[in-house]
Amino acid sequence: MPWSREELAARAARELADGFYVNLGIGIPTLVANYIAPGLKVVLQSENGMLGMGPFPYAGDEDPDLINAGKQTVTELPMTSYFSSADSFAMVRGGHIDLSVLGAMEVSEHGDLANWMVPGKLVKGMGGAMDLVAGVKRVVVVMEHSSKDGTAKFKPRCELPLTGANVVDLLITDLAVFSRATRRDPFRLLEIAPGISSQELRAKTPANYLE
Amino acid sequence: MSDPASTKVYPDAVSALADVLRDGMTLMAGGFGACGVPENLIAAVRELGVRGLTCISNNAGLDHFGLGILLQTRQIAKMIASYVGENKEFERQYLAGELELEFNPQGTLAERIRAGGAGIYGFYTRTGAGTLVAEGKEQRVVDGETYVLETGLVADIALVKAWKGDTEGNLVYRKTARNFNPPMATAGRITIAEVETLVEVGELDPDQVHTPGIYVQRIVAGRNYSRLIEKRTVRARAGSGDAVVA
Repeated sequence: MPWSREELAARAARELADGFYVNLGIGIPTLVANYIAPGLKVVLQSENGMLGMGPFPYAGDEDPDLINAGKQTVTELPMTSYFSSADSFAMVRGGHIDLSVLGAMEVSEHGDLANWMVPGKLVKGMGGAMDLVAGVKRVVVVMEHSSKDGTAKFKPRCELPLTGANVVDLLITDLAVFSRATRRDPFRLLEIAPGISSQELRAKTPANYLE
Repeated sequence: MSDPASTKVYPDAVSALADVLRDGMTLMAGGFGACGVPENLIAAVRELGVRGLTCISNNAGLDHFGLGILLQTRQIAKMIASYVGENKEFERQYLAGELELEFNPQGTLAERIRAGGAGIYGFYTRTGAGTLVAEGKEQRVVDGETYVLETGLVADIALVKAWKGDTEGNLVYRKTARNFNPPMATAGRITIAEVETLVEVGELDPDQVHTPGIYVQRIVAGRNYSRLIEKRTVRARAGSGDAVVA
């Protein structure tokens, strides 16, 4: 049985280590914050200029001057700091963020990521995604193994325009987890969802990977 | 307030812009989403009716807020932005070929503005290497890593929003309303700041100033802030305790 959205978020949360500074993308990656293991100190960075992002506010406590990169109202913590967008991306590009969790439209077997543009469709923009994948030390992608029409998303090459070339370190789909030790290595199958056979996974995965 | 011959203080946004704003200018406007947007100054640009503007801003505003109100009046010819997802009029004009658009990665946009304000011609960044963003740009390979040359950006006029400012143009921002405002303040040939509270010199703690007054040529006290929230998200009062953002 494929993993649920919640299970994917929980699996991604297992990549967090004590003391990590982490940037979470929009969608399933945002849910990862709900699964941070108790006792683990993880500091969330929001690229619009905040380190130490707290939970959503209680109704009535929303502050229009306090939002995350998804434009949602959030709160501050005792350790919070604020900074400009230029400082924020200096942090990102300079390799000071330990881990980023992002969604994807496609990932290639070489670790290329496409998640911002479908030619012929209206493009909203890449926002901070290209900066994050270029600068964050470790990039974790969470996505569905196949798109709604059944097309595989982990493939030999991305067909969509890239967000970054050779930037993905760990790929978590609803069917399996693929990892690689360095960005020179191929992906290796690490985990498989319960009830999914390795033959079935192969059949649904055009990308090459080691077992 | 201070000596009228040298004051930076203008009575309102229209008077701060009227003698310098021209057709075809490049403007920067601070803000991220609806947060930290120079609303009064953008409304004044609309009122003054100039056209053919190039606007540099992270987003293109909402349909009825921020730069969106200049799209309604067709005053913007070109946008340089990182994300424009929340604006239907933008979408319509862009698809109809009425509006030119240049996407920059958000961090590249911020750094181009910072560089422009700091007198740096350009910088090499890994961001966008191997993507459409790198096409047509000079690239360098250093230690096996590809870097893309991005150039600094300046504006004829930078419009910024701060929480507090003094009559010398020293600015203090509040929470995530800071965003693009500090780098943009440095990158305007003329920078105009609007502030929620305008105070006399000496009332801000010099150690807490975010933008030093040298970058700000004109300052106005803003009025009637919308306090708009794009995505109101809250948590239940009972239980959830320390649950982080969901």
